[in-house]
Amino acid sequence: MRIIVPIKQVPETSKVSMDPVTGTMIREGLEAIVNPLDLYAIEAALALRAKCGGEVVVVSMGPPKAMIALREAVSMGADAAVLLSDKAFAGSDTWATSYVLAAAARKLGACDIIICGERATDGDTGQVGPAIAAWLDLPVVTYVSSIDPADGFMRVRRLVENGHEVLEADTPAVLTVVKEIGDPRLPTLAGKLRAKSLEIPVWAAADLDVDPARLGLAGSPTRVVKIFKPKVSRQCEKLAAGDEALTAVAVERLVHVLRHRELIP
Amino acid sequence: MTASVTHKGVWILAEQADGLVLRVSHELLTRGRALADARGTELTAVLIGPHMAEDQLQDIIARGADAVLAVEATELEHFLIEPYAACLLDLIARRRPEIILAGATTTGRTLMPFVAVKANAGLTADCTQLEIDPATGNLLQTRPAIGGNILATIQTPNHRPQMATVRPHSGPAAVAVAGRVGTIDRIAPPAASLASRVRRVDFIPQTDRCALTDAQAVVAVGRGIKKAANIPLAQSLADILGAALGASRDVVDRGWLSYSHQVGLSGKTVSPRLYIALGISGSIQHLAGMQTAQTIVAINTDPDAQIFQVADIGIVGSLFTVLPALIEAIRQSARLQPAPTVSPPQEGLPAAGGL
Ligand SMILES: Cc1cc2nc3c(=O)[nH]c(=O)nc-3n(C[C@H](O)[C@H](O)[C@H](O)COP(=O)(O)OP(=O)(O)OC[C@H]3O[C@@H](n4cnc5c(N)ncnc54)[C@H](O)[C@@H]3O)c2cc1C
Ligand SMILES: Nc1ncnc2c1ncn2[C@@H]1O[C@H](COP(=O)(O)O)[C@@H](O)[C@H]1O
Repeated sequence: MRIIVPIKQVPETSKVSMDPVTGTMIREGLEAIVNPLDLYAIEAALALRAKCGGEVVVVSMGPPKAMIALREAVSMGADAAVLLSDKAFAGSDTWATSYVLAAAARKLGACDIIICGERATDGDTGQVGPAIAAWLDLPVVTYVSSIDPADGFMRVRRLVENGHEVLEADTPAVLTVVKEIGDPRLPTLAGKLRAKSLEIPVWAAADLDVDPARLGLAGSPTRVVKIFKPKVSRQCEKLAAGDEALTAVAVERLVHVLRHRELIP
Repeated sequence: MTASVTHKGVWILAEQADGLVLRVSHELLTRGRALADARGTELTAVLIGPHMAEDQLQDIIARGADAVLAVEATELEHFLIEPYAACLLDLIARRRPEIILAGATTTGRTLMPFVAVKANAGLTADCTQLEIDPATGNLLQTRPAIGGNILATIQTPNHRPQMATVRPHSGPAAVAVAGRVGTIDRIAPPAASLASRVRRVDFIPQTDRCALTDAQAVVAVGRGIKKAANIPLAQSLADILGAALGASRDVVDRGWLSYSHQVGLSGKTVSPRLYIALGISGSIQHLAGMQTAQTIVAINTDPDAQIFQVADIGIVGSLFTVLPALIEAIRQSARLQPAPTVSPPQEGLPAAGGL
């Protein structure tokens, strides 16, 4: 079984700033980590490999330093990695990102499953997984919480608003996974050593079968036109509840506000 | 596909479960109506599903749609990517809408990106604000980004349709207005559109009374709840409010509640009318999942806890003393008010009986 896992390197979300001119994120000088939700995709792939054999290939589109994210995935146990890096890819929205990732998957050749994270913590859209499926004409199952391989299909559970669907998806297919899939394993020492020495190819646009007009900012249908701080519209009314009497007063006030806002009868 | 006069009309994607149109669709009708009016065009609701009762479709019109396109087949009862996408793409190709809105639900967030690629359209996820740019007529799509630290406004200048998913509960539901008229088209999709490489074989309903992302009210617990044995205290508040139970990651990591309860960056994003945070510090990752709630209440012993910065009303105190008092006070309040849905007043009795 061949499993491809697209992973994204993201900035530590608590310290992000934006370029007010281009409306894109300023990534320089920020600590970069593997998208935390992609660790679950890697875990799902490694667990599946343990059941079925085969190999796990991690792929990332990003600047050269995204190599670090790929090496981390290898240290967890991924067999191979490819970095997709080219100035032409810069500024891609999810449409253009998924286009390049799909082209890379095609170049990698036959694969059984592509496993994505639920969403990236920076872009926060969750669109890339289903979009890759569309480019490759594959079925997609999102929010997958468990995967059981069977003959020619995968039996998966899908976490939806009111429960879990049990689905059978013919392979090849694209899955996006949620945290329930299982806690990501830690890198091993052997893995770290392998990650250090593993040769990771870098593919640029010219290495892929892609239309240059569909790449990067120029190829992206969407444009960020404005970035602004959410206005702090909330003035917290703070009520002290140090003792019983104060608690009673605070609770009475709270109930009054809730009733006034028609949140309780 | 370049923007041009060839694309016209605003569509919303209505969702159903068990033959009933979901509330999120009513919220989309509010959004869609405003956009259609601003563009001087029609609002169409597209519903892909099983055969729907006439009154359900009429209700969509009563709530603001000018037209309903119901694509109906038994195979469409539940969302599956390929048949749903095939049906929607077929409609898009033939009718060329300018704007398509869907709920940012598990269905909308899967279907829309898949369809956007195939339709060569731009898509913005999880919008909380939608407007028409008076200068260009383009859709201005505003969404929280980077863990809710900023808001970004996004446009799709040169591609049509312009597609967006809209965060549930981020706006009011449209109310039905009697006498509104519109057209209903029932469409039987061709068999080829119904082929699916994914099959739904079973469904395991959540045992919790209330699904988190759909809930109108959420009571969420953090590490301040101290141990699993104290969860029932929060649950009883949730019960009297008809609220779903949420949790910080800390609580989930400790196994006090399952992952399906987690709110935040790596959990669920909720936007209920009421969010009550109990013993939650308000880390940026937690705030990312709940700060668009309409009213936020925080109970925390630490007067400087960050959660108070996003709260409308906060009680500085221990949840173990505040909660019992609060539960009792809400019970009292409910008893003193008329509660027509619970016990309709009997003839001859005043509506507000102090029972
Ligand atoms: C990549 C990443 C993703 C993450 N994703 C999420 C996520 O999705 N959701 C999430 O929640 N977190 C997430 N976190 C974790 C987050 O950073 C915080 O660690 C977590 O939210 C803290 O949970 P807490 O508020 O319950 O605990 P704490 O921060 O420990 O806060 C406990 C609070 O309880 C109060 N308290 C104590 N006793 C009482 C009492 N008797 N009565 C009232 N109050 C009391 C304290 O004053 C304190 O404010 C993520 C972190 C990372 C790095
Ligand atoms: N630049 C990228 N390189 C590789 N994988 C990506 C990239 N962007 C997104 N992904 C994958 O798509 C998922 C969803 O990302 P997003 O749609 O950006 O929220 C992520 O969890 C990754 O698995």
